[in-house]
Amino acid sequence: MSEPILPPIGMLAELTHRCPLQCPYCSNPLELLKANRELDTQTWLDLFSQAADLGVLQVHLSGGEPTLRRDLEQLIAGLSARGVYTNLITAGVGIAEGRIEAFAEAGLDHLQLSFQGARPATTDRIGNHQGSHEKKLETARRARAAGLPLTINAPVHRHNIQEVPEYIDLALSLGAERIEIANVQYAGWALTNRDRLMPDLAAVNRQADIVAAARERLAGIMDIDFVTPDYFAIYPKPCMGGWARDAFMVAPDGIVLPCHAAQTIPSLRFERFGERRLAEIWTDSPAFNAFRGTDWMQEPCRSCERREVDWGGCRCQAMAIAGDAAATDPACVKSPIHKYMAILTDAAQEEAASEGNESFIFRRIGATIRPSTRA
Amino acid sequence: MTALRKRAIVSLRSAPSLPRHVRIQYDPVRQAFAVLSPEKVFWPNEISLDILRRCDGQSTVDNIITGLAADYDADPENVAADVIAFLQEWSDKLLVKL
Repeated sequence: MSEPILPPIGMLAELTHRCPLQCPYCSNPLELLKANRELDTQTWLDLFSQAADLGVLQVHLSGGEPTLRRDLEQLIAGLSARGVYTNLITAGVGIAEGRIEAFAEAGLDHLQLSFQGARPATTDRIGNHQGSHEKKLETARRARAAGLPLTINAPVHRHNIQEVPEYIDLALSLGAERIEIANVQYAGWALTNRDRLMPDLAAVNRQADIVAAARERLAGIMDIDFVTPDYFAIYPKPCMGGWARDAFMVAPDGIVLPCHAAQTIPSLRFERFGERRLAEIWTDSPAFNAFRGTDWMQEPCRSCERREVDWGGCRCQAMAIAGDAAATDPACVKSPIHKYMAILTDAAQEEAASEGNESFIFRRIGATIRPSTRA
Repeated sequence: MTALRKRAIVSLRSAPSLPRHVRIQYDPVRQAFAVLSPEKVFWPNEISLDILRRCDGQSTVDNIITGLAADYDADPENVAADVIAFLQEWSDKLLVKL
């Protein structure tokens, strides 16, 4: 059953955890790193060079807010010189005059811009940043003027799921080639705020109909990428395309991880770039090999005909909800605790109705973490 | 709906090109040509690659069909159907500009 380890195609570089926004569903870990823990320019450049040697074809430059790195132009140029496709994932707030043009000149291939809402009031409230919507519109205009292809990123939850049609209009009006309508994945800060973010089933179903109709209507006009909500799913997603199968990520301090939330699995120990070469970490690191392929699977995954379709789903979701990182992702209908997902979504609606407030725990360094009431 | 663009339909006179966010690149690690696009990497087969390489913004679909039919020693009518269907699909995904 053991297959040879293939080289990775994609890498997500979280250049920093610093960010002007405080979105309550941020995929960064709850323990955010300060600037003094970030890798320096030369180390990132060495890492990118080793990634290209290893077979990485695409690097997603993210954070935090990656444009807070003053060396971003240099990092893009380094990747570009190696022929790596560069995708900048930005909140688009506070980018200094002339920098977007400089990114384009350095060889940036594509820019992905998040909007916390389709309406200014929603964007400003969810990111907890007054005036952010207007700044994002300006960033989109500057990106288009610099000739950069644009994807609008729409992270969806209870408070903006009704804005999906407006999001599609917004992306069209900004001249975007793509929109990602991405239902929030409940890891990191989103897990902490789950009860305050979870949409209800009726809204989820409406959204699916709206997206299906828009995809048909906008064929050849705008590409719609739809990340469906796990808690309402029948089958799990092949998280990261399978653990350590063709992609990985690097935290601001150089820790190399199979996915965003991997550090929530307490049995795993991760390695830092610099202490070992990237190729060694990719092939030999026990954390990468822990859930690679299918050998680690238990039933019902082990004998499932979909085991190489969804690769058991998300290990971190299995950890968070089933309490066992090697369990079937509870998003899967075959998981013995699949019904618990519906209980969790119902409970979130009850809490929303009873509390009547939307007191998010906003993402910031040193924020008091009130653990989610369940799981 | 404020669609600023319209869906493009392939005709024999279209001169397809690759948009700025799409590029073909040889990958020495896997010894194969990859098509790179936002969030996705495609591994086209030989014929798809031959079509995409001719999408230079100069050659018309008609030129592309004639060239491929000659190269593959194939019936231009059969080639035409395949090429038009392929380009329409890639245009609909915003991966080819018509």
